Amino acid sequence: MGSTSSTLLKIPNVEVLMQETGFSPAHMIRLHDRFKLRCLFPQDFGAIKELAMNPIGDRIIGAFFCPGKETVDFHTFVKILAHFRPVDKNRPKEPNSPEPINSRSNKLRFAFQLYDQDKDGKISRDELLKVLQAMLGMQVTEEQLESIADRTIQEADLDRDDAISFEEFRKVSPEILHSRCFIKV
Amino acid sequence: MAFLQQFALLLALLIVFSTSCKAAALEVDSVEVGHNYSSKSTATEDTSTSTNNSTDGQAPSSITTLPIVIWKWHHVETPYLVALWILTCWLCKLVCELNHNVTSVIPESGLLIILGFILGGIVWGADKAQTFKLIPVNFFYYLLPQIVLDASYCMPNKLFFSNLGAILIHAVIGTCWNAGTVGVALWACYEGGAMGTLNIGPLQFLLFGALMSAVDPVAVIGVFEEVHVNEVLYILVFGESLLNDGVTVVLYNVFDAFVSLGGPKINAAEMIKGIVSFFVVSFGGSFLGVVFAVLISMLTRITKNVQVIEAGFIIVLGYLSYLTAEMLSLSAILSITFCGVCCQKYINANMDEKSVITLRYTLKMMANGSETMIFVFLGVSAIDKTIWVWNTGFILLTLFFVVAFRFMGVFFLNWVLNKSRLIPIDIMDQFVMGYGGLRGAVAYGLAAILDEKKIPEKNLMLGTTLIVVYFTVILQGISMKPLVQWLKVKKATQSDLTLNGKMNNRAFEHILTAMEDICGRMGDNWWTRHWKHFDEKYVCWLLMKSDAREHNDPIFGAFHKLNLEDASKYITEGERKGSLAFIRNYDSASVDFKKKLALEYADIMPNIMADISEYDFGIDNVPVNSVMKNTIPSVSLDIHEQDRNRSMPNDLSAHHILDQHLYKSRRDNHATYSRSHYNTSENPDEMQEIFQRTMRSRLESFKSAKMGVNPAKKLSKHPKKDSTHKPNGKPADPHRTHPFGDEDFEFSADSASSSEIAGHFPRRSTNAPGAGVDNPAFIPEMDTSPPMRNPPWQTETANNTAVAASQRAQGRLPWTPTNLRRLAPLRMSTHSTDSFAMADASVDDEVPEEKPGTHHTKL
Repeated sequence: MGSTSSTLLKIPNVEVLMQETGFSPAHMIRLHDRFKLRCLFPQDFGAIKELAMNPIGDRIIGAFFCPGKETVDFHTFVKILAHFRPVDKNRPKEPNSPEPINSRSNKLRFAFQLYDQDKDGKISRDELLKVLQAMLGMQVTEEQLESIADRTIQEADLDRDDAISFEEFRKVSPEILHSRCFIKV
Repeated sequence: MAFLQQFALLLALLIVFSTSCKAAALEVDSVEVGHNYSSKSTATEDTSTSTNNSTDGQAPSSITTLPIVIWKWHHVETPYLVALWILTCWLCKLVCELNHNVTSVIPESGLLIILGFILGGIVWGADKAQTFKLIPVNFFYYLLPQIVLDASYCMPNKLFFSNLGAILIHAVIGTCWNAGTVGVALWACYEGGAMGTLNIGPLQFLLFGALMSAVDPVAVIGVFEEVHVNEVLYILVFGESLLNDGVTVVLYNVFDAFVSLGGPKINAAEMIKGIVSFFVVSFGGSFLGVVFAVLISMLTRITKNVQVIEAGFIIVLGYLSYLTAEMLSLSAILSITFCGVCCQKYINANMDEKSVITLRYTLKMMANGSETMIFVFLGVSAIDKTIWVWNTGFILLTLFFVVAFRFMGVFFLNWVLNKSRLIPIDIMDQFVMGYGGLRGAVAYGLAAILDEKKIPEKNLMLGTTLIVVYFTVILQGISMKPLVQWLKVKKATQSDLTLNGKMNNRAFEHILTAMEDICGRMGDNWWTRHWKHFDEKYVCWLLMKSDAREHNDPIFGAFHKLNLEDASKYITEGERKGSLAFIRNYDSASVDFKKKLALEYADIMPNIMADISEYDFGIDNVPVNSVMKNTIPSVSLDIHEQDRNRSMPNDLSAHHILDQHLYKSRRDNHATYSRSHYNTSENPDEMQEIFQRTMRSRLESFKSAKMGVNPAKKLSKHPKKDSTHKPNGKPADPHRTHPFGDEDFEFSADSASSSEIAGHFPRRSTNAPGAGVDNPAFIPEMDTSPPMRNPPWQTETANNTAVAASQRAQGRLPWTPTNLRRLAPLRMSTHSTDSFAMADASVDDEVPEEKPGTHHTKL
């Protein structure tokens, strides 16, 4: 037990972080063990073999890095993972507490920024096309890909600017999505 | 009215039934009483031989004269009775479904059982004994397999496998728990003296507990279909009930063997054998099912040339998997379940779309049919004095224990499961799961095959089983819906198929696995992902056709499905409107137009609508709910359509249309009325339409004569417009401003139906060469054919070669403002004043006349 608390103490601002993300001390230690270093570089993520197989892996890695920063500190790392923390029913809900980090719209926002690479708040046709290209693979021809992209945009695009804004993105994403999107940490 | 209908049907049903009954009673004389209809299949042979010699002696050997017809009841008896019973049962279902107010309160299964009581009563009244009842052989070999196959084939695969752990734990451990506890508790109560003296030992009690533990998938589907609970809860209850049947049968067999062995012979070795046999039988059965699934999938790779019976292969092989498992004394239910679940993905990809639909409907029909029969016969079987041995203590205690231990088991197992589940099963769901433990035909079937020599109190057990079945199916079934509402159990959310949904789901899958990788955990997603990888790399290669593999992607699948939907919507819409854009494309059937959510915009962003309403022709005037109930389809049919009919000459289809839709002359109609259904059915409408046109034109000419204008030129254009493009029944011609417009309107409103037929005409007004001015009523015959051969835009584009995309433009649906906006330049350049422009203008008669003008100038 002594080692547990000592590991915890090594993490800076651990109380605040736990408060923000809702992770338990055990989670924090696990993640910290995983994290190991003071900060992570993109190549550290690249070393994870499975991630290389992930079609949108590089985008996900990119999401960890704030623009202009070369590294990820533990704080950011944990915060991003906390998007997918399972809901625990035991925690009392405080009525005026801020929206939990693993809420549906936070998750969607995370996904949204994977699409929205130029960070203009909109998924343009080109951006969508790139994601689709990555996810659909070789089986689909370029033309089909384009018509799929067009159609996807039309489906979501409510204000007809040929791009999907976050609001639109949230509207068209199915409700079930949220209930499934959890991982064990 | 509904009641009368019901009554009449019930009457008809009873007549059918009682004749069958009478016939049976007459022909099947005292010797045969006691046989039920299906055991006759074995019994008929000897009886028929005997009767042929004795009673039916008039038939062959010693005929004195040539008989013209002979009464040959015994030749057809068995299949005849079977068919009659099937008919009767299905008519029962029909009666149940007549009034939905009743079925919304009492589940159909309960109603069928009650109708079964009535039928059973009639049989009893006629025969003074229950000649028909559900016998286990028929149930297990002819009625159950298709139900299980259908249920497993239609199983939502992903949901099933992602909850497989929970389902298995409930199905295996939960069932064992139920069987054990019910048996032991009953035995304890018996020892305590709660049910007087019975000739039942502890092993028999355990056997009884085992058969009582089967949660019936049939009953569960019946009840849970009505209450749309959330999908996780549904799959838990349903999957459990499906697998638990298999487990129950295995348990039952083990205990049955124990009973045969007798108490003293059972030692530790036998117990261990029993446990081993339990696992071998269940896993062996499941494995056999998977093997058959592989066989089926591989077979469907090569059945392309026998598409007609393609679907039959699956049914037959599925059935064979059941029988093979039965032959090897493995679990047949588990075998067919896993066969269906595993092969569904591959056969759906391998087989033609039509075969998939055929298979789905055939299975549904068979399953639903036998489900109906099972419930009716559960009711019929009850009306039998011989099986009722009443023992209040035994029956009530069984009922109590069955329900109580079910709840305890469910709560306990869920408590254990929730420790490791990411999304815990909440308490309401658990309660519904416990309450959904409906017992059904499997329990009855198992009770019916109990051996009376080994278990002297068989009838008591059978009766008790029936009571438990009735209690759970009828009472719990009725109370399920109110309970679900009262407990506010999360209902299923219906989400439409959207590309965004599919795509985001996929993206989230990737994100989640990536996160797991980063965390270094092997979670569910890890397994899913690795299975998927393996599946794509090896399994699909083995089991799927190469071209099917290419289109296997869910996103692409969704895209394809949406396109198909839209295409059919487009065609229906186009035909209803009378604008058949398809046939006008001359080099291919390709249509490509963009989807526009005009309707949604109208709802959501009124200000944008206001902005674009300048070039928007009357979205307000089109009857929105009928025209665009759904969003306007976007179709890119070219992927799938282009290879088809490319070489077909355009005017072939035009000729076809002409043949079909030209008005027949009167002589024609009379000559062919007896053979051609088509002519006779449409004739009145045609006549009516012609009549109305004549009347209208007369009115017109009358008015013009009164006003001193000669509208003949206009007439050649517009009357047909009225009958063609008038979805809202408004007088649509803006040019006509005569005082009698209302009368005119009445005509056209009446001809709404005929306008649909007439709507198939590709109406062209520009090229009408002034024909039919004298009698405008018959213009269509005169002016449809020339433009068909030479549509305006073809000639136009020949002149104006700069516009290549005009065919595409023609293909678009004319009813959306946005389409218009995009289309307009193209159409302007082609100078074709075809029905699109006219229709759009004509539908909207509240928009001032200048609108089209502004529209044109703007673009």
